[in-house]
Amino acid sequence: MKILVCMKQVPQKDAPLKLNEASSWIREDVSYEVNEPDAFALEESLRQKEKHGGEVVVITSGPARSQQVLREALAKGADRAIHLEDNAFVGLDAFNTAKAFAAAIKDEKFDLIFTGLQSDDYGYAQTGVILAELLGWPHATIIMQIEKTDGGIKVKRELEAGFFQFVDMPLPAVLTIQSGINKLRYATLIGIKQAKNKPIRKVALAEVQSAIGENLQKIERLYVPQKTKKTEHIEGSPAEIAKKLVDKLRNELRVL
Amino acid sequence: MPDTILVVVEQREGKLNRVSWETIAAGQAIAAATGWTLEAAVVGGSASTFAAEVAAKKLAKVYAVESPKLEPYTPDAFAAALKQFLTAKQPRLVLMPHTYQVRDFVPKLATAMGRAVISDCIGFKHENGKLLFTRQMFQGKFAADVSFTSAAPWFATFQNGSFRGDKAEAGASPAPIETVNVEIADIVIRNKPQEVFKEAKQAVDLTQAEIIVSVGRGIKEQKNIEMAKQLADALGGELAASRPICDSGWLPMDRQIGSSGQTVAPKLYLALGISGAIQHIVGMKGSRTIIAVNKDSEAPIFEIADFAIVGNLFDIVPPLTEEVTKAKAGSQT
Repeated sequence: MKILVCMKQVPQKDAPLKLNEASSWIREDVSYEVNEPDAFALEESLRQKEKHGGEVVVITSGPARSQQVLREALAKGADRAIHLEDNAFVGLDAFNTAKAFAAAIKDEKFDLIFTGLQSDDYGYAQTGVILAELLGWPHATIIMQIEKTDGGIKVKRELEAGFFQFVDMPLPAVLTIQSGINKLRYATLIGIKQAKNKPIRKVALAEVQSAIGENLQKIERLYVPQKTKKTEHIEGSPAEIAKKLVDKLRNELRVL
Repeated sequence: MPDTILVVVEQREGKLNRVSWETIAAGQAIAAATGWTLEAAVVGGSASTFAAEVAAKKLAKVYAVESPKLEPYTPDAFAAALKQFLTAKQPRLVLMPHTYQVRDFVPKLATAMGRAVISDCIGFKHENGKLLFTRQMFQGKFAADVSFTSAAPWFATFQNGSFRGDKAEAGASPAPIETVNVEIADIVIRNKPQEVFKEAKQAVDLTQAEIIVSVGRGIKEQKNIEMAKQLADALGGELAASRPICDSGWLPMDRQIGSSGQTVAPKLYLALGISGAIQHIVGMKGSRTIIAVNKDSEAPIFEIADFAIVGNLFDIVPPLTEEVTKAKAGSQT
């Protein structure tokens, strides 16, 4: 199976984020990491390849810094990478990101495309499904298990409130992968070494420009959300905090 | 003709999803702000069964979009049915709840129509005639006001809990119902879904718990779960967790709180080392009192906390457990 994994670099989970001067985006001087569900998507692609053979290709869009995500994927076992390298990709909406990806892979023939189920920055939860529609492929979302069958694949979709569903579908297909579908591997030293010789195809903005258009949605402003709740900070030494909390639990909340 | 807002309510497995009332409440609020007409649609194999229930709300009209091909749910059939219906109706704005089912088909539907979805919104603003949708970014650390720059129809989905479903206004008289039969060719539907099932019997029903002590990534290691368990026991509460903890197998899946787990509203929710990702917050923000312990003062969980303790949970929890135990012993003597 030939699998493409769409990956994204996002700010680290506990990185302190600040707004830029125009309040249009965050200040970029933060630490980044791979979007967590994308890491599970990559892991799943490597496991499928180990079972069925084939190739794993990883793709991302973003400035030079985002190449780190591809390097890590190559070190874990991906065979090659595609980097749509330009800062302008950061500002694309899901519709245009999917269009740029579709344009970048138009000469490839994949059996499966994986994405994480959503990103930790925009959180659209749309790019994978849009890509499927642009390619004319079937899709399934929030996937917790993938098995190859005679006619295609059988996937396990996570539904809400603890429900699941198996779905049989033909290939090629796009799947959005849920965190926790598998256990992530670490890159090995030898993997890191080998990654240095694996190819990364760079795609400039100009190459896909004709495929993308104006964004269909616009972030007018970004801001720190107004608090709807009054939060009382409880401070002091751990022992003092414990005493204060117990007092609240007993006398204000009346749960003790 | 005035512009129309169309709310697509959700039914699954023969039941109307209660979150649909929230989306109708959202539609009513936007209609009041804009002066646009509000209508609703039910989509499914036997959509008209649910139409009457929906038509009791203050709506200009309810459509039952029907085809036997809509049962069971597939994204292919739902997108095809709604594309036909919306192309004919041309509403200005289409609203849906941000459920797993909607997430599965709405990006496809909008793309097929060359349009965009502003997904997972928590509110809206109507400023100088411009409609803005508020959504969370960077896991709730920021909010963004987002506008549509494309032609109509516009698609927006609302996060669970953004509007009060019980505040959806009833109509003076039932709204008229129109059944719309859509044609879906067999070849359109590529996925073959099987029966929906639950993994295992849910051993704990966290929705009944009055006190919940919940742990997140900040607990660091499986062996530290015991410390949280002791606090839960001292308080007479249940132990729960955010998704990553259950994914790691440190606690069973049936103790997971959030969009993929249980939705709870206890008297007290004590969040230990939980950053407050949106998917977790939607499962517990209805709690009467929320106490959060986190070492990161900017963790989104503090946005919804009544009491905030910025600090290391490993320092805070043991003396707290001790104090609670003492207090309980004291109240018994």
